[in-house]
Amino acid sequence: MKFGVVRFPGSCDEVDAVLACEQQGDAEILWHGDRDLRGVDAVVIPGGFSYGDYLRVGAIAQFSPVMEAVAEFARDGGPVLGICNGFQVLCEAGLLPGALLPNTELRFLCRQVDVQVVNPDTPFTRACAVGQTLSIPVKHTTGRYYAPDETLAEMEDAGQVVFRYAESWNPNGSVRDVAGVCNRDRNVVGLMPHPEHAVDPLTGSADGACLFASAARMVAA
Amino acid sequence: MTTEAAVWRDLGLTDSEYDLICAKLDRAPNGLELAVFSLMWSEHCAYKHSKKLLGRLPVEGPHLLMGPGENAGAVDVGDGLAIAFKVESHNHPSAVEPFQGAATGVGGIMRDIFAVGARPIAVLDSLRFGELDSSRSRYLLDGAVSGIGHYGNSIGVATVGGEVYFEGPYEQNCLVNAMCLGIAPQERLTRSAAAGVGNHLVLMGARTGRDGIGGASVLASAELDSEDADKRPTVQIGDPFEEKKVMEACLELLDRELLASLQDLGAAGLSSSSSEMASKGEVGLDVDVSKVPLREPDLEPFEIMVSESQERMLAVVEPAQLAAVEAVCERWEVRCTVIGSVTDSRHLRVYDGDELVGDMPVEALVDDCPLYGLAPEQPAEQIYPAPRRTLAPSDDVAENLLALLGSSNIASRRPLFEQYDSLVQSRTVRRPEAADAAVLQLRHDTGGSSAIAVSIDGNGRRVACDPYWGTVEAVLECASNLACVGAEPLGLTNCLNFGNPEKPHIAWQLSRSVDGMADALNELGVPVVGGNVSLYNQSGDGPIYPTPVVGMVGLVPDAARAAAVGIGFREEGHTIAMVGTPQPSLAGSELAKLRGEPLPTSLPDIDFAAVERAQDAVRDAVRAGDLASAHDIAEGGLLVAIAECCLAGDIGARLDFGSADVDWAALEPYMFGEGVGGFVVAGPPEAIGSLAERIPLDRFGIVGGDSLRVGDGARLDVPLAELRGAHGRLGGAFS
Amino acid sequence: MRARVLIRPKEGILDPQGQAVERALPALGFEGVANVHVGRLVELDVESVDAVPEMCERLLANPLIEDYEVLAVE
Repeated sequence: MKFGVVRFPGSCDEVDAVLACEQQGDAEILWHGDRDLRGVDAVVIPGGFSYGDYLRVGAIAQFSPVMEAVAEFARDGGPVLGICNGFQVLCEAGLLPGALLPNTELRFLCRQVDVQVVNPDTPFTRACAVGQTLSIPVKHTTGRYYAPDETLAEMEDAGQVVFRYAESWNPNGSVRDVAGVCNRDRNVVGLMPHPEHAVDPLTGSADGACLFASAARMVAA
Repeated sequence: MTTEAAVWRDLGLTDSEYDLICAKLDRAPNGLELAVFSLMWSEHCAYKHSKKLLGRLPVEGPHLLMGPGENAGAVDVGDGLAIAFKVESHNHPSAVEPFQGAATGVGGIMRDIFAVGARPIAVLDSLRFGELDSSRSRYLLDGAVSGIGHYGNSIGVATVGGEVYFEGPYEQNCLVNAMCLGIAPQERLTRSAAAGVGNHLVLMGARTGRDGIGGASVLASAELDSEDADKRPTVQIGDPFEEKKVMEACLELLDRELLASLQDLGAAGLSSSSSEMASKGEVGLDVDVSKVPLREPDLEPFEIMVSESQERMLAVVEPAQLAAVEAVCERWEVRCTVIGSVTDSRHLRVYDGDELVGDMPVEALVDDCPLYGLAPEQPAEQIYPAPRRTLAPSDDVAENLLALLGSSNIASRRPLFEQYDSLVQSRTVRRPEAADAAVLQLRHDTGGSSAIAVSIDGNGRRVACDPYWGTVEAVLECASNLACVGAEPLGLTNCLNFGNPEKPHIAWQLSRSVDGMADALNELGVPVVGGNVSLYNQSGDGPIYPTPVVGMVGLVPDAARAAAVGIGFREEGHTIAMVGTPQPSLAGSELAKLRGEPLPTSLPDIDFAAVERAQDAVRDAVRAGDLASAHDIAEGGLLVAIAECCLAGDIGARLDFGSADVDWAALEPYMFGEGVGGFVVAGPPEAIGSLAERIPLDRFGIVGGDSLRVGDGARLDVPLAELRGAHGRLGGAFS
Repeated sequence: MRARVLIRPKEGILDPQGQAVERALPALGFEGVANVHVGRLVELDVESVDAVPEMCERLLANPLIEDYEVLAVE
């Protein structure tokens, strides 16, 4: 199992993501300027402030060479996980439905929250149970998930809401407590909470490790 | 510039300093030279009023790798690794524009850290504002916190701790001090001395604009007045995205040994960075300002030399390595331009194309600024007015406790630190308010179990009461915080924030404070690795409280042991005890402040040996894994510390202070008095018992229930929810 | 020629920045303020404004959450 973790100028959590992936297999950094995905089995788009978050969060990264390759990888069914800024990039790139808006409090918020697994049938939740609660931190300014009502209804019917904030834990005003979603084919998953910062009890929680374990299990199967 | 006669005075130079410059040059300086001299000879760059004093501080220690004089100091943390760290002020820029002032303060201190070859891993901040009922204070607080978060969060460095106090004397002159820690393999530690005649001088990073023109002398050395709004255009603007790229490029360049030396551009921009590099390397430098990439056209040569545009670094590169350096910079999308060369002239020569526009001996710029002695004089009476009364004196214990817990200096800092990413880089074992010191594991760096701990401290009001003992307290308090997570101190960085040192009573504060710091550090055997001095912090309303801020870094052998002990009580039935003999007194305490009592003019003497014995005992017990919780008794005294343990652990406590007919008024100093060297610890009865064999301790309670209760509850029985409500009051400042 | 692109939150989408400004203005004594929205302004020199709407669709704005308006300045 080999994970590839994308590094854009301004990525911040890529080393953390590599450490989380290395608990489950091999991992290497994919440079934003390269089209070559080096034969990885799964791609992680990490958190941070790609291209300084200038213009609009995630807006500029979608046009980098590596994202063209990731889009193709995703179209072929390859598993792709976007975390925080990575989620924003995937939404901007049209690989995931919806958009992320500024938190209702308009402030950066770093907080451990409870997140529930809604759909365990994706490459990144297969090792989880329905309704399982994960303690994972969020840290973002622009994390309020939004999609039009009709789109959301379709998404819920199609199992595209993968994570929700547990009751009273919604930190940013996301519509219907949505914390993470997937595409129709369910191979592309994005979420605002940071599972890579919840893989070690010593630093707070190991609940996030199951996302990376899920991908490793799927590839092994 | 104004009339010829007054130019040097407008730039902050005295007539005799100007005469000395003429003598050093053997002629009158031209405008550019005068601008450069005025900055290099400012308090900010030359420490002309504080250098003599700073010589009293210890700068040698067994773990020291790099001491004062470099961009940052560094200590040995084992496994071939170094931790570089430094604290620096950005007070006056933050008073003018709090968001950018604080943001660029963080950016500047990070550049100091990666200039020595260390990757920044953590930021702490130390903030002071006026009372929160002032809208100006709330504006400055909001802006500064947002700015610190904006820079640190965007660049991917965790903000793991800090402190903030609200006191009247900071109303017009807030303090924003930022501390950064970085990690490096010891062999990568880099010095800034320029070397190798014929080598290129390379400017990396952002283009140069008019940011902070005159900032160092006009903003950092003049007392603030009501015309601050006019100074707005000179404030530097920060771009953390640019800095992130510059940082990654510099660290890669150092890793690949492509640079001969590296220096950041901070106060006084190119002027100070180039002359410092030349001075340390005992060489000369030729700089061609026409080669410097500009953000706006028509900058004059002197503006280019003094601009404080952010996110720029200056390196010396051997000609053979230039192509490789350019390739690394291009990959990181970082601008990199040869702007000059190293010479053997021992002069800083400035060219505009072919034209020589400035020629100054490096020694004159860096070493020849006159140093001034201070004329300290102890004032006959307390110079600060009594704080405004916000709490009527009462012997109602619950009322006093709740008022203290909800007071701006004690209430939970959660509304601030939740605006900071405290997790990035996966080292944070102890997050803010989980323990008295932040704990950062080094497992991913060393493969081992060790961690570092770090804390920052400095209570200005206590120092205003007694500059000597107040400063001793700050240093010891920092060491106590480290002891609570099992850390042994390795080194200290300081930022001395004071008023105008040319005034005798401020000189006295400064001198006594440095004496206290020196004595405390010598007792602890901890050296100063570097720091910063910020003087002239005063306004028409008077000087700030004297505020020495100290940041201490310590080593924890086993991160898991530190992670097992926090502030919070953990288990029903655990014994609560106080370790140490802190001699608490209400004089100068938080309760006295709320009651509007005048500041005293002295604090009780401290028994160093007793404090150290208590610290050693707590540190050893934490390292042995005996304790469930350990918390240093600080602002608000014993009862506040116990309430904080209850809130952090979400469990109550039952206390017994003696017989039922206890004299509550006489107990007040014991419950709410302040003094350094006391700890609240809790653990299984047998663990507390074995600790008692080592050091005298006072067992006075048991963990349990959902309230904080004393005796039969007649005097004090406050539900946790009520304590939590009071403690959460700071959130209101941000709405 | 100079083109000016005004980008604002789509109608009906919660705009906390606009709301914050709307709450702050009365506190400064400005009464009767309503419907405040905070957006972005992009200015650019182009040979023709014809391509600007597509620039907006693809990069400058996010059509899911933002409306845009292209103005030719001169």
